[in-house]
Amino acid sequence: MNEPLIQFHNIDFAYSPDRTVLRGCNFCLRQGERVALLGPNGCGKTTLLHLIVGLLRPTNGRVEVFGKVRRGETDFHEVRRRVGLLFQDADDQLFCPTVAEDVAFGPLNLGKPRDEVRLIVAETLKSLGLNGFEHRVTNHLSGGEKRLVSLAAVLAMRPDVLLLDEPDMGLDDAVIERLLKLILGLPQALIVISHNRSFWTELTTSALEMREGNLFVQVP
Amino acid sequence: MFKHTLHPLHSGRSLLDAIDPRAKILFAATFAIVVALARTMPTMFAGLAVAISLVVVARIKIGDVIRRLLPLEILLILLALVLFWTVPAMERRDGLRLATIAALKANAVLLGSIGLIGTMDAVTLGHALAHLHIPQKLAQLLLFMIRYFDVLNREYARLRAAAKVRGFRPKMNGHTYRTFGHLVGMLLIRGFDRSERTLAAMKCRGFTGKYYMLDHFAFSRRRDVPFCIVAATIVSLLVGIEWMGWL
Repeated sequence: MNEPLIQFHNIDFAYSPDRTVLRGCNFCLRQGERVALLGPNGCGKTTLLHLIVGLLRPTNGRVEVFGKVRRGETDFHEVRRRVGLLFQDADDQLFCPTVAEDVAFGPLNLGKPRDEVRLIVAETLKSLGLNGFEHRVTNHLSGGEKRLVSLAAVLAMRPDVLLLDEPDMGLDDAVIERLLKLILGLPQALIVISHNRSFWTELTTSALEMREGNLFVQVP
Repeated sequence: MFKHTLHPLHSGRSLLDAIDPRAKILFAATFAIVVALARTMPTMFAGLAVAISLVVVARIKIGDVIRRLLPLEILLILLALVLFWTVPAMERRDGLRLATIAALKANAVLLGSIGLIGTMDAVTLGHALAHLHIPQKLAQLLLFMIRYFDVLNREYARLRAAAKVRGFRPKMNGHTYRTFGHLVGMLLIRGFDRSERTLAAMKCRGFTGKYYMLDHFAFSRRRDVPFCIVAATIVSLLVGIEWMGWL
């Protein structure tokens, strides 16, 4: 069996004492796996992704990423470099005025020199079929373009794992088809949240359903 | 409502469009300082002439210029009226002189800025200011504002539409004020939530507090050096005229 990348050991998480989301949750993602995360709205799927990258901290339990237990903010700096999270709303993720700057933001934070960053930006955009988008203003992109650019921004960091939070939300069939092809061509292990059955069945190798704060294997 | 604020006036056909934005900003700033500090009339008239020529060279449509000048002119007319009627009859000449000075200076500075800076798009302006080493927080604030202006505006439009489809029509009554209060409050809360999510997204991409710039402007010898020489000459001439007035 491949080595585990992300492991949850008995994770509890509550936003407030009367709003518990995860209860004794165990979870493991291994190299090469593509997992769909299913469940009704508000059941804690996004919370789980945010726990992985340390935007939220568990009330109880251990989060283990890349073979190390992660606790404090500095522990998660490395995690965030190697795990790419695609947010639900692309407007939250794209905050630079132009596309090139947005895609460059991650690599620049990693301390890469400007010339290399420029190369990474061009390569990443090209790999997603976004040639010539460098100087487009992010405000003026369409919904589908915004989603692809935010994916480019995540991929520019060359992550080992991808966490995709409803990447198909609000997109038309043609864009979903394009996105599906692109993601299928990526080598990374990934977790995807989606309410679109045909989307996740085509994309993933297994599916987990979240019920009462824990995860259960879903039989297709 | 905010539609025209973020869109530049440039036509793409002007000589000024290709000039390094940093040079244009520096010229606009020095020009404004010289005109604002001038004490003699000839300098002010010369400044106004320079400003008008800048607008002409920038090839901005006359309608756009008038639209931007209108609020200023209304203010200036009010000022002139106040100065005319509130001073004793013997000093009216002085009052009018002051009003003229205010009008000359304000128009010169504003027209100069329209010609030099109004033609840049907001993104370029933000970058240029950041590269001129204004405090990093200010530059960041400006760039974020540019990015989220539209988003907030759309959010506002959505909320307005949501109120409208349920039969809301603004009137002069408590219900209207309360509704607008809710609307603005909701806008603030949503803006705050969004800023939290954006910060989270930035952290996920390795942000730890320092903001790096990707683009650098190229200072071109062929275009920008002549521009700087012309700009320096204009400023020196204005200072010269002022000097002569003092002798």
